[in-house]
Amino acid sequence: MTLLEIENLTVEFATAQGAFRAVDNVSVSVDAGDVLAIVGESGSGKSVAMLAIMGLLPWTATVTADKALFGGRDILKLSSRQRRQVIGKDLTMIFQEPMSSLNPCFTVGFQLTEALKTHLKMDKPARIARAIELLDQVGIPAPDKRLSSFPHQLSGGMNQRVMIAMAIACSPKLLIADEPTTALDVTIQAQILELLMKLQHDTGMALVLITHDMGVVAETAQRVSVQYAGQKVEEQPVAGLFDTPHHPYTAALLAALPERATDRHLPSIPGVVPGQFDRPDGCLFSPRCGLATDLCRQQSPRQAEAELGGSLCHYPLVKGKARGHPGSEVAA
Amino acid sequence: MTNEIVLKAEALKKHYEVPRGMFQDAAMLKALDGASFTLARRQTLAVVGESGCGKSTLARLVTMIEPPTGGTLEIGGNQIVGADRTTLKRLRPKVQIVFQNPFGSLNPRQKIGAALEQPLAVNTTVPAAERRDRAMDMMRSVGLRPEHYERYPHMFSGGQRQRIAIARALMLDPDILVLDEPVSALDVSIQAQVLNLLADLQERHDLAYLFISHDLSVVKHIADEVMVMYLGKPVEQSSRDELFANPRHPYTQALLSATPVPEPGRKKQRTILSGELPSPIDPPPGCVFNPRCPIAFERCRGEVPELLEADRTQVACHAISQTAIAS
Repeated sequence: MTLLEIENLTVEFATAQGAFRAVDNVSVSVDAGDVLAIVGESGSGKSVAMLAIMGLLPWTATVTADKALFGGRDILKLSSRQRRQVIGKDLTMIFQEPMSSLNPCFTVGFQLTEALKTHLKMDKPARIARAIELLDQVGIPAPDKRLSSFPHQLSGGMNQRVMIAMAIACSPKLLIADEPTTALDVTIQAQILELLMKLQHDTGMALVLITHDMGVVAETAQRVSVQYAGQKVEEQPVAGLFDTPHHPYTAALLAALPERATDRHLPSIPGVVPGQFDRPDGCLFSPRCGLATDLCRQQSPRQAEAELGGSLCHYPLVKGKARGHPGSEVAA
Repeated sequence: MTNEIVLKAEALKKHYEVPRGMFQDAAMLKALDGASFTLARRQTLAVVGESGCGKSTLARLVTMIEPPTGGTLEIGGNQIVGADRTTLKRLRPKVQIVFQNPFGSLNPRQKIGAALEQPLAVNTTVPAAERRDRAMDMMRSVGLRPEHYERYPHMFSGGQRQRIAIARALMLDPDILVLDEPVSALDVSIQAQVLNLLADLQERHDLAYLFISHDLSVVKHIADEVMVMYLGKPVEQSSRDELFANPRHPYTQALLSATPVPEPGRKKQRTILSGELPSPIDPPPGCVFNPRCPIAFERCRGEVPELLEADRTQVACHAISQTAIAS
């Protein structure tokens, strides 16, 4: 069953210098029990797209979509009151900075039981019992004592566990994790990823993992969607993406990983992700792409067929060769 | 001579006194507790560890921002511990540092040209016209364009700012460059550009790098020697190839297995460490790693292991020194 179905999501911000399109016709579909990773560099719009779905963007943002269904309901048309009933219950999110996403003025226990009170209408003893159970589930030692701790008394890894406990408190159908381990050390990152995957496996919830770390993607995701400058350039099952990327950006991104280097010199991608004022005509990746032709610089590419991961490219890569490229059969 | 040794540290220590209020004695925080290493020209020593392991303290000692509280530190043949101010002033330009966050390490009100010229203006008597020429040369060699001279830091992206920070560190023609997590704030494609630049500059200027990082994939790419630290102490020290092929200390093994590998479907032995880094004010008795160590035994809880030679590498672990003796 398709849990989340988003078609052609576009987010525009009104800035003093005119409209800025942060997310450009992105489609996402997540089934129950799915683990989808959204990869991209900073500025690729991966967080903004998910914040738009959560309804957490400021008033300067205009969100439009051809279709935006969560569990069969149009989430963009919900009133604030209806939205509050869904968010935090069936659809939850955890953020990158555990230290700044918890409220420093309230105890962990208070913040954790808030959702139980609002959504599940539990009474106080039941809430406390459930909170202890949740903290235990996410691997916090001495959970009954931790309920009265403030966030500053816990470490970053512990705070992230509390965030996860809050997010899973009402057994959500979909959990969106926005760079959940970026601020943490590697050994703690391993613990948190293990915990997330275990919870996903045990509860059968769907998980959307936003990250820029290809290592994390390879170890956790089933499907990967790659975003560049607000556009989705490719989507594939994880094994296929790492083996045979169909978009030149994905290929270049993988080649730039130090793990894949064969030489002291890494094959880097020249230039930077385009910003608001230097968006190129045609394909947005063309100024940095080694295969770009005049066609790429003039015309926006169309999506290739589904077998090629919907690669947004004039010359999608097939087995490492650019299909239909005039410099014929150029190896990427 | 290209392989000349430019820095030698022995049993380097930095202990801080932490006051604990009126009625208690001050506690000793052992931020760095006995690190020994050498740095040669064109060589990269990587220091690896999690936050709180003392790697940034090490950077502060090597750059002479703070004096060590024990051990010896020799830079270019000069002893730093107990040196007078003129010696330190003469030596400081020899060691320069690049910080992690290029958004915080540049003055937002200073143009790039001025930022690059400042080290020369403060430390040398080079006339203004020549300072400008040298800044221009340096900008070219790190891949910035001449028109960037008149721009402010906010007009640059993260990768370009890191180039500026590197250029500024090289203005005084140092022997040693301390790189404190230079690429961890950057995106993958930009990270590759900066790593390539660092490799080029090392060749061109005969630099010794002290590369501080928590990202093992980057370390594996750039380092010659690796020192793994845990709670202020080096636990394993060896060449890059040896360390990655044959990690010996249980902490190194755990660190390697915790690092995600971008190869889907690769099954691997995961040693997930339980718990977190203990407080350095109140370290556990014996081996500092013993509460999280999967193979800890009685001796680890009472006796501090020393960093010992164990073929082609140095490890501080009782389990390893015992098997070495037994075999």
